[in-house]
Parts: sequence; structure tokens; C-alpha cells
Amino acid sequence: MVTLQFVPYNQIEDLTSIGRIRKLLNIAKSNKIVLLQGRLKQEEEAELIKATMEEINKEFKGIELAVIENASKSKDSGFKKLKQGMVSLLLGQRDGMTIIGPSSVVKKIKKDPNKIELFTKEARKRR
Amino acid sequence: MINWFKNLFSGLFGDLFKGKTFKLGLYGPPNSGKTTLANRMCKDWLGDNFDIGTVSSMPHETREVNVQESVMIKNKDGKELSFNLVDTPGIATKIDYEDFIKKGMSIKKAKKRAREATKGVIDSIKWLDEVDTVLVVLDSTEDPYSQVNVTVIGNLAARDIPVMIVANKVDKKKSSIKKVQGAFPQYEVVGISAKYGKHMDNFYERLFSFSRK
Repeated sequence: MVTLQFVPYNQIEDLTSIGRIRKLLNIAKSNKIVLLQGRLKQEEEAELIKATMEEINKEFKGIELAVIENASKSKDSGFKKLKQGMVSLLLGQRDGMTIIGPSSVVKKIKKDPNKIELFTKEARKRR
Repeated sequence: MINWFKNLFSGLFGDLFKGKTFKLGLYGPPNSGKTTLANRMCKDWLGDNFDIGTVSSMPHETREVNVQESVMIKNKDGKELSFNLVDTPGIATKIDYEDFIKKGMSIKKAKKRAREATKGVIDSIKWLDEVDTVLVVLDSTEDPYSQVNVTVIGNLAARDIPVMIVANKVDKKKSSIKKVQGAFPQYEVVGISAKYGKHMDNFYERLFSFSRK
């Protein structure tokens, strides 16, 4: 059985970068797939990978990570992009979605401009 | 406004204009050919005896950051570009020692390799603060949309570090430079085969002009 846990952005917005990473990583470490509203900062994404590497052990082998951008974002005009940039700066990056799955559950997340596919591992292989 | 641009420009590329050595980082996922490219560059410009690291088909062969100091390349006009070449371990979000066992490694060696590989990834990320210019080396036969690629490139952009993308392994049938260009349209992409030295002249010219932009 695959468990998904939705994390609204307001649950992480008041946390420090370390706090955000810890919260998300702890959910993934409990074998749940995190669906985060919005995305982490670029630097936090790299820190998430770093923190993941520090946590790898016999049971936890890492994560699969994918960030889905707002589809209209890339087509927006300069002014709209600037406006979105200001909103992100003030309120955080609530657009899009971040998927973080433990690699013991999620085999692969395949992303291309038009779709996103999440492949899970067979249950017997997770033991 | 003009001064602001001048300051920004000289801040980003000033060291290059002054002829000072800068740190050129090679980043990318495991097995994309970073060390093969580093070795090729060292051999081309320092001599046949120079190797920055060993290469193998086993992922995470490079597990430490290796630096080759004072690599100097020349363009066709005889101008020189000098840099310290920083070869980094491949960045991954998961490392499972059982994957190494499946590739024929003993349990003990596989566990050791996994331990060292996790440390290597951490070091690579730490080195993002140290490099001045980066070549992101991607395997052009693989899916370029992986989040590791996006995260690395996004991080470099957030740090205002100039990036050129190297689509490696163009000698392979499945290679697609177009796919890499499509995934990262805002970046300069150059296709090479580091293993066979294919398109290296074009690569050096592009590196030269890119670093002097």
C-alpha cells in the first residue's frame, strides 16, 4: 500500500530552512510520499539532497524528488514574471507542487513538459 | 544604470578578464562522464600522463572532489584561458549499496562504496560555494528532465554562477542533443564525446567564448 501525505504550504512557511527540510524528510523516512503544495527555495532543494545523503542507512536509501512548475509560468510576460517573483518573495513559492518519495517505495519519477509519471516498487521488493 | 551593469559584469567575470585563474567545476549526475571529460581536458592541455581520476561504468566511481590546478587552454587566435579544474562526484538523491552488489561487487565493498558515495554527494553540494563557472555534464542518452539536473542548474543560477551544459556521449545511438536543449533552452548546450574526443575543438572554442562573455 502506498501512502500519500499532502503538506499545504502554510505548514512549512513559518519554519526555518532546516525545519522545512527535516519535516519533509521525516515524512519520507516514514515511507510516505510527500505532496508539498508549492516548492522549496533552490538552495533548500540542494540542502534536502545533502540532508538525505546524511541520513542514508540500512533502511533508508534515499528519495525520489520532482518539482512540478506552474504550467503557465514559462509563457508569462516579463511584467507577470516580475509580479510573480515579488509574490514568491513575500509569500513563498506556493505555485506548483513538490513530490518527495522514499526510494524504497518510489522507483522513479519521470517528468517531461507534458506529464509526470510516478512508478512505485513492487511491495515484495520493499521488505 | 550602465555602472551597475559594469559592476555586475566585472563581479561575475572580472577575474577572467584580468587573466586570473578561476575555478571551473564539472557537475552532473553519476556516470554522465565528468571525470572522462576532466581527463580528456587534462590530456589535451597538460599531456598524456595527466589523469584527474579513474573512470568506470560502475556509478559513483568518483567519490571525492578532485582538483587539477592551472589548466591553460588556448583558442585559435592564441589567446589563453587558465583555470583550476574541479571534478566533482555525481549528485544523486538515492544510493543503495545493493545496486553495486547487482553489478558484481562484494557486499563489503558495496557498502563501503555507498558510504563514500553519500559523502561525495555532500562534498559536491558544498563545493557549489567554491566554483566560479560550471560545466554541467549530462549523458545525452538519458532523460534530461531529472530533478537532480534541474536542482543543480537552478542552484547555480540562484548563485549567479555561469553555466554551460555539456551533452556528453554523442557517439551513442540513443544520444539526443536536441532533447537536452529542449529541457534547458536558456543555456548554451555543446555536444561532445569525451571518451572518443569527438567535437572537442568546438567544445574548447565554446568554453573560451562562454568564459569570456
